[in-house]
Amino acid sequence: MPSANGRQLIYTDAFARPLLETASYVELFLKILVGMKQVPQKDAPLKLNESGTWIREDVSYEVNEPDAYALEEALRQKEKHGGEVVVITAGPARAQQVLREALAKGADRAIHLEDTAFVGLDAFNTARAFAAAIQDESFDLIFTGLQSDDYGYAQTGVILAELLGWPHATIIMQIEKKDAGIRVKRELEAGYFQFVDMPLPAVLTIQSGINKLRYATLIGIKQAKNKPLRKVAMADVQSSLSGNLQKIERLYVPQKTKNTEFLEGSAAEIAKKLVDKLRNEVRVL
Amino acid sequence: MPDSILVVVEQRDGKLNRVSWETLTAGQALAAATGWTLDAAVVGKEVANLAHEVAAKKVQRSYAVESPRFEPYTPDAFAFGLKQFIESRAPQLVLMPHTYQVRDFVPKLATAMGRTVISDCVGYKKEGDKLLFTRQMFQGKLAADVSFAGPPPWFVTFQNGAFRGDKVETGASAAPVETVKVELGDGVVREKPQAMFKEAKQAVDLTQAEIIVSVGRGIKEQKNIELAKQLAEALGGEIAASRPICDSGWLPMDRQIGSSGQTVAPKLYLALGISGAIQHIVGMKGSRTIIAVNKDSEAPIFEIADYAVVGNLFDVVPPLIEEVKKAKAGS
Ligand SMILES: Cc1cc2nc3c(=O)[nH]c(=O)nc-3n(C[C@H](O)[C@H](O)[C@H](O)COP(=O)(O)OP(=O)(O)OC[C@H]3O[C@@H](n4cnc5c(N)ncnc54)[C@H](O)[C@@H]3O)c2cc1C
Repeated sequence: MPSANGRQLIYTDAFARPLLETASYVELFLKILVGMKQVPQKDAPLKLNESGTWIREDVSYEVNEPDAYALEEALRQKEKHGGEVVVITAGPARAQQVLREALAKGADRAIHLEDTAFVGLDAFNTARAFAAAIQDESFDLIFTGLQSDDYGYAQTGVILAELLGWPHATIIMQIEKKDAGIRVKRELEAGYFQFVDMPLPAVLTIQSGINKLRYATLIGIKQAKNKPLRKVAMADVQSSLSGNLQKIERLYVPQKTKNTEFLEGSAAEIAKKLVDKLRNEVRVL
Repeated sequence: MPDSILVVVEQRDGKLNRVSWETLTAGQALAAATGWTLDAAVVGKEVANLAHEVAAKKVQRSYAVESPRFEPYTPDAFAFGLKQFIESRAPQLVLMPHTYQVRDFVPKLATAMGRTVISDCVGYKKEGDKLLFTRQMFQGKLAADVSFAGPPPWFVTFQNGAFRGDKVETGASAAPVETVKVELGDGVVREKPQAMFKEAKQAVDLTQAEIIVSVGRGIKEQKNIELAKQLAEALGGEIAASRPICDSGWLPMDRQIGSSGQTVAPKLYLALGISGAIQHIVGMKGSRTIIAVNKDSEAPIFEIADYAVVGNLFDVVPPLIEEVKKAKAGS
């Protein structure tokens, strides 16, 4: 079946391995870009930098949780329909780890916008940098996590869609390829959902829990070393960027608003104190 | 024309979302702080009656921004329609509640106008001539004061609960209501949404529970859920969880507390190994007493806890079960 943009491609089997190396059939397949970000580990103790505008970078990092689900979903779609999964990140050299892990899990290639300065870009400019870095590509779908665990702006994917002129849908819990486009399941507030039909290409922001994450296999980790990783320097995309439209003036530990009573002692003492509170103050015993 | 603030409230099926009043309260406070005027807008197919409802509050003008294509909601229609409207009024500041719907379209709207959104704010500060908007960062572990570095209109969304909806001021007399029809052509809306639905019938109604023992990822493994269940049982309460626990299938979805789960307000909410992300907190902060057990003394859950135990839940919970049993047997 011809795909919308009539790209030439290779038939693939269920595991997206090419069946006919030189075939020039036109097929329904999905070329998916996944935006991924490296963020401080959930339990990492955070310290402020000297100017009090960002954290000190000497913490341990991990992949932003919903981005891991976005990657997994892309890999599953590729396994179903054939195609290609490309992962992209913006950040310093350390962020390459996220791409390496994605390649080990089955992504086909990676794009690294490598510069420490990318960390400080607002969502508008991050999306512009991505748009500039992929201008010679033609994706059917772009997935991002629905928000990042560090900034939590929940904007980069939607902004990217607007910059590309594509439709988008957010907080996605299911994706189904249809003859014309896709049907997605959006999560709404308070346990509600909604199906939305939309054409391709499109941007989807993925919610954690949409699927079950896989682990990288040893073979995968080995193969990842030979997969292509394209580096994009700040200078390559600079002309597409502007000054940030918003600025973090200061970062700080939030003030407590409640009078919290901390109970201390051994576990046995704490248990006794808690029961005393439950009986005499909370009055539930 | 003096500078103005525009609050875009949210409605569904002809009813205003209650969080709209919170955003109006924020707008009134910002208007008082800046001396700017305050307008409100309701967006929908036919929303003049809702615009009248809003006009009773202290605002200068209340707009009904209408198009048949606003129903059902799509990000394309809302971004395109609101862009027209906002460009025609040129406000300095545009405020909205940080709902799922707003976060779906507002980054698109702002980008289409070459502007930016400071999203999910919990407050604001005025320092000299500068407006700063406070938002949580790193899942609530830190907070940031953020300013706009580009031209207006400046878009800000406020987190659910950031302002008191019941504190919204009523106007001396009803503000004028103006209906604005926006033109949305045939090709604008690309998404076709179906009706909203709930997944499965809920087997438990946690809103009725007086005592809830809730577990988070700190419980580590599925088999450890049993420990929390024993505590819930000893207390005569229900077991509930944060989202990752339900995502993993360790407890059924209908026991999830938070913005995408149930909202509860029991007498006692005992949080075990829950970090206190805002999406969890909105579902339980109305609880009369909150006890949190977390090994990280800086976990955001402690900010709303009445009683806090910094420690390993696997050390604390077993003796607690015994003490509760003893107390119950003795009473
Ligand atoms: C649109 C959207 C909707 C969402 N809806 C919901 C929702 O409805 N409900 C919800 O809960 N979340 C929701 N989330 C997810 C939310 O942002 C958090 O990711 C989630 O609440 C974190 O769950 P947690 O606290 O269990 O896990 P974590 O954040 O991983 O926290 C685990 C905590 O356990 C502590 N801990 C670890 N080991 C121990 C131990 N041995 N003893 C004591 N403490 C320990 C750690 O210090 C940590 O604080 C939503 C997110 C988004 C973006």
